[in-house]
Amino acid sequence: MNLDYAGLFRALAPETAIVVGALAVLGVDLTLLRGRSLATRMNVAALISALSVLVAFMLNGTCPCGRCWVGASGPVFGGALMFDSLANATRGGILGLVLLTIGVSTGARINRNPAEYLSILLFATVGFLLMAAAQQLLVAFLSLELASLSLYILAGFDKTRPDSAEAGLKYFLFGGMSAAFLLFGFSLLYGLTGSIELNHVADGLRHQGISPLLIVALVMVIVAFGFKAAAAPFHLWAPDAYQGAPTPSAALIASASKLAGIVFFARLLWSGLGFSAGNVSYAFTSVGWLPIVAVLSGVSMFVGNLAALAQTNVRRLLAYSAISHAGILLLGLIAVSRNGTSPIFYYATTYGIATAGAFGVIGVLERQGGCDSISDLAGLYRRSPLLAGCLMVFILSLAGVPPLAGFFGKFYVFAATLKLAGLAGVAGWLTILAILFSAVALYYYMVVLKQALVVAPAKDATPVRVPIAAAVTLVLAAIAIVAFGIWPSVLLGAV
Amino acid sequence: MSLLPWTIYLSFAGAALALTAGTRSAAAARWTALTAAVASWVVALLAAKSFVPSNAAQTLVDVAWIPQVGARYHLTADGISLTLVVLTGLAATAGILFSWNINERVGEFFAFYLTLIGGVYGVFLSADAFLFFVYYEIAIVPKYFLIANWGSTNRQYGAMKLVLYSFAGSALVLAGLIWAYAISGGNSFALGDLAAAATTFTHAQQVGMFFLVFFGFAVLAGLFPFHTWAPTGHVAAPTGASMLLAGVVMKLGAYGCLRVALPLFPVGFEFWQPVIATLAIIGIIYAGFVALVQDDFKFVIGYSSVSHMGFVLLGLAAATPRAVAGSVLQMFSHGVIAGLLFAVVGRMVYERTHTRQLGDLRAMPLHKLMPFAATVFVIAGLASMGMPGFSGFPAELSILIGTWTTSPLWTAFAAFGVLVAAAFTLRVMQVAFFGKTDAGGAAHHDAEHHAFAPITLAEKSGAVLLLGATILIGLKPDILLDWIVPALQSPLMQTVLKGGVQ
Repeated sequence: MNLDYAGLFRALAPETAIVVGALAVLGVDLTLLRGRSLATRMNVAALISALSVLVAFMLNGTCPCGRCWVGASGPVFGGALMFDSLANATRGGILGLVLLTIGVSTGARINRNPAEYLSILLFATVGFLLMAAAQQLLVAFLSLELASLSLYILAGFDKTRPDSAEAGLKYFLFGGMSAAFLLFGFSLLYGLTGSIELNHVADGLRHQGISPLLIVALVMVIVAFGFKAAAAPFHLWAPDAYQGAPTPSAALIASASKLAGIVFFARLLWSGLGFSAGNVSYAFTSVGWLPIVAVLSGVSMFVGNLAALAQTNVRRLLAYSAISHAGILLLGLIAVSRNGTSPIFYYATTYGIATAGAFGVIGVLERQGGCDSISDLAGLYRRSPLLAGCLMVFILSLAGVPPLAGFFGKFYVFAATLKLAGLAGVAGWLTILAILFSAVALYYYMVVLKQALVVAPAKDATPVRVPIAAAVTLVLAAIAIVAFGIWPSVLLGAV
Repeated sequence: MSLLPWTIYLSFAGAALALTAGTRSAAAARWTALTAAVASWVVALLAAKSFVPSNAAQTLVDVAWIPQVGARYHLTADGISLTLVVLTGLAATAGILFSWNINERVGEFFAFYLTLIGGVYGVFLSADAFLFFVYYEIAIVPKYFLIANWGSTNRQYGAMKLVLYSFAGSALVLAGLIWAYAISGGNSFALGDLAAAATTFTHAQQVGMFFLVFFGFAVLAGLFPFHTWAPTGHVAAPTGASMLLAGVVMKLGAYGCLRVALPLFPVGFEFWQPVIATLAIIGIIYAGFVALVQDDFKFVIGYSSVSHMGFVLLGLAAATPRAVAGSVLQMFSHGVIAGLLFAVVGRMVYERTHTRQLGDLRAMPLHKLMPFAATVFVIAGLASMGMPGFSGFPAELSILIGTWTTSPLWTAFAAFGVLVAAAFTLRVMQVAFFGKTDAGGAAHHDAEHHAFAPITLAEKSGAVLLLGATILIGLKPDILLDWIVPALQSPLMQTVLKGGVQ
């Protein structure tokens, strides 16, 4: 094994920048800002965090000039990490989404210790970045755990509210359980193939049939994946976590964490376990993990869309919408064999922007009087036309209305799955189901927009003051949604 | 010609400008919107002036858009699209004139309004199925906000119903189009390429794809039994939006059927042809009878729209050149006449009397109180019944004659539908405008005291525009037919049209 530490350091320059940033956030807060107001501490911490993320963004990938010192491509550190175009694009996407989350944090209600909050957010980011490139089971597991442990803290960060504690605890219990499943699955894979390198695992499985042990391993891995993606029936933590967690935490769980998770599992399942995928393109499905993913996808679309219809709490509604979107992401995962990963990368990235933006709007409202039920959005067009306009863009993108990015994401996934074999198999029919469910989904999204843009404000409603950093972030996110929708090639070119 | 895409861009730019202007003053927003609408219309008319009819669609723009999926930004125009673009400009301009009295959130109203218009222009000019669909959906969501914010009776219900029906229809279209695209290899969305690939599809695939695409579009065209969104939506909508909904949005559905469903899947069409014709005829007659018994003036017009759109769909189902030419002419004609009827009912009458119940209107001798409104309605009613001299006459006649060669029975039923249309139009005309002038001195006396605001200049100019259009085309339908007929001779259309060119 060729352990090239200098190469590793070059490749992980973005992670280094972020860790330095996280430490700087804590250090500055502990030394220079003692006794300052909460707002000042928040803004300084957000500024340092944003700068470190920007630096990481610039250090990510290979510089086109070819003479730069940083950057990496191909396998690094004996193949433990893989820096292909997917990894670099995903890392870029994750950094963008984290930047969005940091911007959103400045407008949300963080009652104490803003520096700790943002530094933990940055540690989670390091986990996401490593997940996107992990090519070895142990590195993958460790980076997933780094991300998850940080997210549990972020979900339960608001100690003053029982809701937040509930969210943190529930997320932790479910997450810990699923991590155990994943590790057990990994250990079985190691036992079957004698390796923890994904390509060696693939080689080992190439010559093996489907054995009972392999099936157990696959089920274990898929269970963990279902949890991470919030796919039904492993979704039960999502509504409570989304409802109780501080809004920026919920935004991060729904956006960057999801993008990292889906890319990580796409890599694990296709390049590691691709030979035991099975088939769902034709009427007679063959054994493997694809049929399980297809079932999860269908169930998620059913549960997510139908349960969302009944929600009155706007965050729970977004949670169930996330579950239904997870169903479509899984559909995209099925089509990776035929179309590559660019559909799911595009979908997860644009979905992340839209949902993090929506949580950002909710966060700003929450700080000024609360935003629990959908009717709390009433009259937003008068209270803050800016927020109302941004929310319209985010929600319509989630609903998949062109020319916004959500539409092209759905279209690209659907086209990919239908290209597998038309309507000859399960994948095709799931696609038709997904398209029909998009009409159902429009209903609950329009219910949200109806409150925000049609219903008159309550008598005692006051105008909403939007902090400048949050306003800029939300407007940029809305512009990104429109721009990526009109010119999808900009994002697609990165993969 | 090459300026035609500017109809789209001017509308979207107008939407943004109207939104900004609306934060200053309502008048600024109104004038901005009117300027944008008129400018687009002028562009359309200039293009029409220099238009040389031919059987090949003229490319306006064609650039690569999303190379990864093979979608191109490809706009073309032929006689059919030009007819509908001119109609859109006319309806948009008139609709803004009849929306002059909107006082709340004026900038937002016109922003949604012009976004809708921009989407409509885009649909009529698209030659790439992906682009077509994008513009088609852009035209859906603004409808919800127009109705839910500025509408009347039961507006939130009507708006939600309308937008869900539209979106469900477009979901079917999307499913059908992606299916065809994926099976054809997934390299191109050009209508010509898809049609070429579709010749290799199996019979079952063609039947399935045609079903999804045609019926998806037909929801928006008001095909029975998917028409119920139309009356409730039209009634709930503010006048300007009703005029657009009936005037151009329903045409989007019919245009999609004609431009996408028929040429792409001729084999599937053959299978579904009798079903479509039957549903269209049921729609014509059923909606006519329902219109006959309505108590709400606006519902009468709402159902009459469904009935008249039935003719358009019947003409498409007949698939002879004459019937299809008649359908396109009927799209234009109904767009103008329905706009006019909704303008009279929603703006001139309802905004002044504050009632649309025919029972209440009967007690007011509106022909004396509002002679202008009564005159316009009588003329529009005659046009709607298909009287010679108005645009409805050549359109419906051409559909009926064209349908005869396919099936005389269909013609007979549809001709009966014309009689029903005459019946409900005459009834509502009599009850609403020529009520009991001498019924009970008290009621009469009350009515005399109603000091109705005079008809404004905006309303008058809007009405004159629309009346002029229906009479012009009624007297000289060749203006449009000279554009439409050559377009039907394009190779794509010829695959589905039978019976040679007439």
